[in-house]
Amino acid sequence: MTFEELMEQQARELERQRALSRRIYCCTAAGCVSCGAEAVRKAVAAEIKSRELDGTMEVCGTGCMGLCSQGPLVRTSDDGALYGNVEAADAAALVSAAPADDPRLAQRRIDTSTPFFVKQKKIVLANSGVVDPERIADYIAAGGYQALAKAVAEMTPREVIAEVRASGLRGRGGAGYPTALKWELVAKQPGATKYVVCNADEGDPGAFMDRSVLEGDPHRVLEGMAIAGYAVGAQQGYVYVRGEYTLAIQRLQAAIRQAERERLLGSRIFEDTFQFRVDLRIGAGAFVCGEETALIASIEGRRGQPRQRPPYPPESGLWGKPTLINNVETFANIPPILVNGGEWFAGIGSAPSTGTKVFALAGKIVNTGLIEVPMGTSLREIVFDIGGGVPGGGEFKAAQTGGPSGGCIPAEFLDTPVDFESLARIGSIMGSGGLIVMDKTSSMVDVARYFMEFCMEESCGKCIPCRAGTAQMHDILTRILKREATRADLEMLERLCVLLGETSLCGLGQTAPNPVLSTLKYFRREYEELLPAEHSAAGGER
Amino acid sequence: MSVKTLVIDGKAVTGRAGETIFNVAWENGVRIPRLCHVGGLSDVGACRLCLVEIEGQRKLAAACLTPVEEGMVVHTSSERLKEHRRLILELLLAERNHVCAVCVMNGACELQDLAAELGVDHVRLRYRFPKLGVDTSHERFGQDQNRCILCTRCVRVCDEVEGAHTKDVFGRGSGSLIINDMGGPWGESDTCTSCGKCVQVCPTGALFSKGKSVAEMRKDRGFLKYIVTAREKREWIR
Ligand SMILES: Cc1cc2nc3c(=O)[nH]c(=O)nc-3n(C[C@H](O)[C@H](O)[C@H](O)COP(=O)(O)O)c2cc1C
Ligand code: SF4
Ligand code: SF4
Ligand code: SF4
Ligand code: FES
Ligand code: FES
Repeated sequence: MTFEELMEQQARELERQRALSRRIYCCTAAGCVSCGAEAVRKAVAAEIKSRELDGTMEVCGTGCMGLCSQGPLVRTSDDGALYGNVEAADAAALVSAAPADDPRLAQRRIDTSTPFFVKQKKIVLANSGVVDPERIADYIAAGGYQALAKAVAEMTPREVIAEVRASGLRGRGGAGYPTALKWELVAKQPGATKYVVCNADEGDPGAFMDRSVLEGDPHRVLEGMAIAGYAVGAQQGYVYVRGEYTLAIQRLQAAIRQAERERLLGSRIFEDTFQFRVDLRIGAGAFVCGEETALIASIEGRRGQPRQRPPYPPESGLWGKPTLINNVETFANIPPILVNGGEWFAGIGSAPSTGTKVFALAGKIVNTGLIEVPMGTSLREIVFDIGGGVPGGGEFKAAQTGGPSGGCIPAEFLDTPVDFESLARIGSIMGSGGLIVMDKTSSMVDVARYFMEFCMEESCGKCIPCRAGTAQMHDILTRILKREATRADLEMLERLCVLLGETSLCGLGQTAPNPVLSTLKYFRREYEELLPAEHSAAGGER
Repeated sequence: MSVKTLVIDGKAVTGRAGETIFNVAWENGVRIPRLCHVGGLSDVGACRLCLVEIEGQRKLAAACLTPVEEGMVVHTSSERLKEHRRLILELLLAERNHVCAVCVMNGACELQDLAAELGVDHVRLRYRFPKLGVDTSHERFGQDQNRCILCTRCVRVCDEVEGAHTKDVFGRGSGSLIINDMGGPWGESDTCTSCGKCVQVCPTGALFSKGKSVAEMRKDRGFLKYIVTAREKREWIR
């Protein structure tokens, strides 16, 4: 396809959509599906058919609309109204002349002028809940693949990297490594064979940011990967996606097929010599396979275990070739950066953390679901304004970010801006975007034990500190909770934190102590109170 | 071949480009502790006992996997490193069953030797004592998972030197096991050539020759160096 053809397709699809009197968007992402969204969509489709409204109205499934706690969600295009807790029985009203006047629906209408909506800024999720992820035409109508066209037709690879550098984009997979720097490292490597890998292993408990992006807007990720391929000189890309994400896998497969058919992936992209293929690689769902060297081993068909770095993947990755590995959300940011310019992106957020970040809100919070906010938004705004605070008037105690590699942030730091540096300063990390809220009823020792159990079970077993250390730490934490531990045990726990952090082979073991360290730092009393009195009083042995 | 000059524990030494800190240190009489490394096999950096401090680097580096660089200043036995090594050994001793008094390797076990050398006189951690299997199905050798420290020396020697790839790691975390072929009894393995290399490289009593009783088992570690050197020099007669 040429650039002109792309623009024609966009115009044609927009025209087609405008000719409809209404498009009824049903969220068919995992959260809503689990509470009956498929039935709603089918009922609406049946209603359109039985009233012979085909051609004037259509129903389409979309990615997550964000307010998962009120699913199934449905939006009508003509008036932009959003409804929650929709049932199949509402189908007739949804296709009626004025759905908003229906008494049942009126009750379920969601006010979109609340902070939950207005305090968010959607870049990565801009299309999520807006396009039908199974139709490439929807993505093209929303301006899709124009960034790739621009890159291939108007820019040199070096200019693409310069644009990404200007944006200040940093990796969303957890560590926040500058994306342009990584691209440059790969681009500068000699050799004709290079790879681009999208890390969609997302294994943190409670995290579903990447999954939502893949399910809700798969083409955006493919486009980001293709742009990366052009910039670094790779012809082959892989999406490494965990096997449990069946819907994401289906949507990606369909998206790749459609993009290949439209010649947006494959050979002679935009009539240029640039070619780029994308294939899926399905992971078996081990958390450690998200670590980049383990991921490489897994794609190569070996046991998914980390290895020593250096060499880093940009130098020696898949089959020893220079390999660019980025997270799903990182790639998803690329098309808007190229279309709007790096400077536009750099103006959002709080330098040196630019742009937005997607979070999955969970735990003791009213609005559980998926949100996207500018970097630097305060934790208070996220938890109280957007998240709606603790349900039932409960009292906020701590927020956990970064999953098993992160830490717990107590109430005194609610005004901390959420960006890479600020979170690290208070003993947590941004991580991939899980955010769990805890209230006064949560035991912080139990939270630490929970994450340690996760690390123990997910430890690959290669290196001793992590393999045997997480088991010992879990044992000590369990005994503390049972009031069977001594002060010596607590000291050993702290000693093990240092050992794992300094000697483990990969990030899993190195960061496994973080939940313990941060809860010890801010909630040490809870640990002390669980030590039998005679021990904590004198600090001696019996 | 280019030569690198560096300082290890205050001593000015030289090494060839690409040589590891570990090898250069040992050649110069600085014996960095190790369990997973064995000369002649690939290195995996699993035991973390060889970690050293390199001036100017925040992170500790595994000596067995880090090539020497010009001007490096390396410390191999600071108090911090010794503390870490002791605790790593304690973790190992507590992970499975290392009651030396009843082990065939008593007196010649690398784990035991290292513990003595580093002054691990008692274990401050809870012994976990999982009840794991002992496989005596092979006519000449036995395998006791309770004594295994998962160093994967056996896996590597079987694959890289014998070429049989009989052994592999199964499972993950502390529950990992060294299995034969697809996990069946060793004695029924189709691929094992009964060469005994795995038994010789195993640092503990996890792999042993049958018919040895407590403290009788001794291993010939020289053989590996011999084979590998012979291959390099193309001399095949011992
Ligand atoms: C134990 C472990 C698990 C990880 N899991 C993921 C993951 O699920 N997704 C991801 O993008 N990065 C994960 N990472 C980080 C990756 O190794 C890598 O840094 C990242 O994919 C780079 O992408 P970025 O630069 O776009 O952030 C993990 C790291 C560790 C140590
Ligand atoms: S730190 Fe844990 S997960 Fe990473 S290599 Fe070591 S044992 Fe495996
Ligand atoms: S005896 Fe030889 S072939 Fe058999 S498992 Fe051991 S190393 Fe492999
Ligand atoms: S059997 Fe011996 S050589 Fe093999 S992993 Fe266990 S301890 Fe190491
Ligand atoms: S899954 Fe429907 S709103 Fe999140
Ligand atoms: S000898 Fe280097 S990590 Fe084991």
